[in-house]
Amino acid sequence: MTISDLRGLAANPASGTGNPSSSPLNPKQKRTWRSYSVYVGLALIIAYCLAPFYWMIVSSLRRTADIFDNTLLPAPFSLENYAKVFDGSTMFGQALLNSLIVAGVTTVAALILGIFAAYAISRLNFRFKSVILGVIIATSMFPGISVVVPLLRFFTDLGWINTYQAMIIPNLSFAIPLAVWNLTTFMKQLPFDLEEAAMIDGCTKWQAFRKLLLPLAAPGVFTTAILTFIHSWNEFIIALSMINDPKIQTATVAISKFTGATEFQAPFGEQMAAGVIVTVPLVIMVLVFQRRIVEGLTAGAGK
Amino acid sequence: MSTDTNLLHQAPPGHLPGKQGSAPKASANPGRTPGEGRMAALLLSPTLLVLALVIAYPLISAIHQSLYRAESGLDADGFVTEGEAFVGLANYLDLFAGESGQRFLNAFGNTTFFTVTTVLLETVLGLALALAMNRAFKGRSFLRASILVPWAVPTAVSGLLWRWIFQSDGIANTLLGSEILWTAEGTASKVAVIVAEVWKTAPFIGLLVLAGMQIIPEEVYEAAKIDGAGWWRQLGSITLPLVKPTLLVAVLFRMLDALRMFDLPFVLIGPGKESVETLSMLAWDESNQLRYGSASAFAVVLFLYVAAVAIVFVKVLGADVTGARQLGAKRRERKAHRIQKAEATR
Repeated sequence: MTISDLRGLAANPASGTGNPSSSPLNPKQKRTWRSYSVYVGLALIIAYCLAPFYWMIVSSLRRTADIFDNTLLPAPFSLENYAKVFDGSTMFGQALLNSLIVAGVTTVAALILGIFAAYAISRLNFRFKSVILGVIIATSMFPGISVVVPLLRFFTDLGWINTYQAMIIPNLSFAIPLAVWNLTTFMKQLPFDLEEAAMIDGCTKWQAFRKLLLPLAAPGVFTTAILTFIHSWNEFIIALSMINDPKIQTATVAISKFTGATEFQAPFGEQMAAGVIVTVPLVIMVLVFQRRIVEGLTAGAGK
Repeated sequence: MSTDTNLLHQAPPGHLPGKQGSAPKASANPGRTPGEGRMAALLLSPTLLVLALVIAYPLISAIHQSLYRAESGLDADGFVTEGEAFVGLANYLDLFAGESGQRFLNAFGNTTFFTVTTVLLETVLGLALALAMNRAFKGRSFLRASILVPWAVPTAVSGLLWRWIFQSDGIANTLLGSEILWTAEGTASKVAVIVAEVWKTAPFIGLLVLAGMQIIPEEVYEAAKIDGAGWWRQLGSITLPLVKPTLLVAVLFRMLDALRMFDLPFVLIGPGKESVETLSMLAWDESNQLRYGSASAFAVVLFLYVAAVAIVFVKVLGADVTGARQLGAKRRERKAHRIQKAEATR
């Protein structure tokens, strides 16, 4: 059997998502050994993924005095670090709000532009279509620093340093390609027949788009929104370069600049607490929308 | 329809013959209405306009700026000078000579080293993760959620987290029974960066590869088993060749991401550290010193590096990023077929 034969088989599975069920050919004792080793493997994977994150949470719940403890649970449980993070001197609450504004506006803007672009690419016939899609995807490979250096100067001339738009506009350089790509792959999967039928019945293209395609594409739009939001929330180099006023700083930059009262001892407890706070919204999103996120990631294969 | 199929650019079953037959006809047809083109232009123009501002303008501006230099470059008060002199390719020539040249070559070497090592480790680990997950039937959703956690942790936070783990009296040294200064200069700091980067990104490759694995039908494995192929043989002859397209795309994206690495070494080790300074960090540092000329030159070089890697992947290795290749192949096939036919009739 050659590979091309296999490919032919692969292209024609009974169901796309169907997990191969364990083979009934195997005798039972072999299965128990197998499932045992599988569980060990799974435990290892989960430990690998979660242990560092767990360590961050545990450390954030220790008192400053016993931050260097190595116990698996915080010995005296304490919220001291969280209180310190929000005590006002660090402006961390403001930083979270800034992150929310920047990531939120970036996501909405990228989605609006992305929906139009994806509709055109997936539904309309026009020249240079694949060239345009290729260019949009190629832009997602553009290194952040190559955007930051020239725009830093441009925005300085405009007086835009320390403004939200100085972060939001450069953020679009990665958010738009991500959104266009995800939405295009999603819209291409939706059946065209319904819209055609609607248009035969007298709907205009716009009506077919608004009343048929958009509701159908809602899950894809939602997935794209989550992915774009997470990417924008995690953005670092743009926010670091464009902003030097702590009032406008985003959360990722703010925590990287957390310093203690003395240079000698970094405030690890506070840093961990702040890290947990920045990460928790994302982890909740991941837990709730995991299936969609995985779908979106594998569809776009993006970033 | 599952997105898995989409990833390998295979049309959903049943859809394949009909769609393939009709779609090319429609696009080859001059029935493309002029209104449609205008509408497409209208819908695409905002996106293209924004991309022109945030991608094309910076690129052109960086190339332009890289040909200039502040008049009194190295002075402490160099940045106040008004004038900028056109220096031609001097900023680029400096990349290979003198002190700044050494720093550039070091950063270039670090970037390449991190890219190669992290992507290699991620790919091996990601494949192993995918193989393990492909076997799992129970607890799949919990597994999926936990595997997404490293991906979701912001890189800056993961930098902090690993700096804490790699503290001189931190948990890494305790577990290893060592007294290594991970976050200072030197090889240890390189290792720290690699460990942190691989932790965050291997699960991502694992997820992508898993998606590619799940559309391989079980019958293929059954057939191989009947033919007496062992686990390794199945892996080498079925699984790997069939996930190769997925894996290539995943590796390409990881490489492009690793080439522009910035946040992680910046937070984990710190700016201006020789042993972990990447091209992005160097360009950022230069622009921070208001030496826009050389900063732009670094940025342009990094851009060219990234572009070269992308081109190699797409053209030489055949990574199918847009799914266009599949179409192109089909088109060529049809063309060859037509020519054959024509020759036969002649």
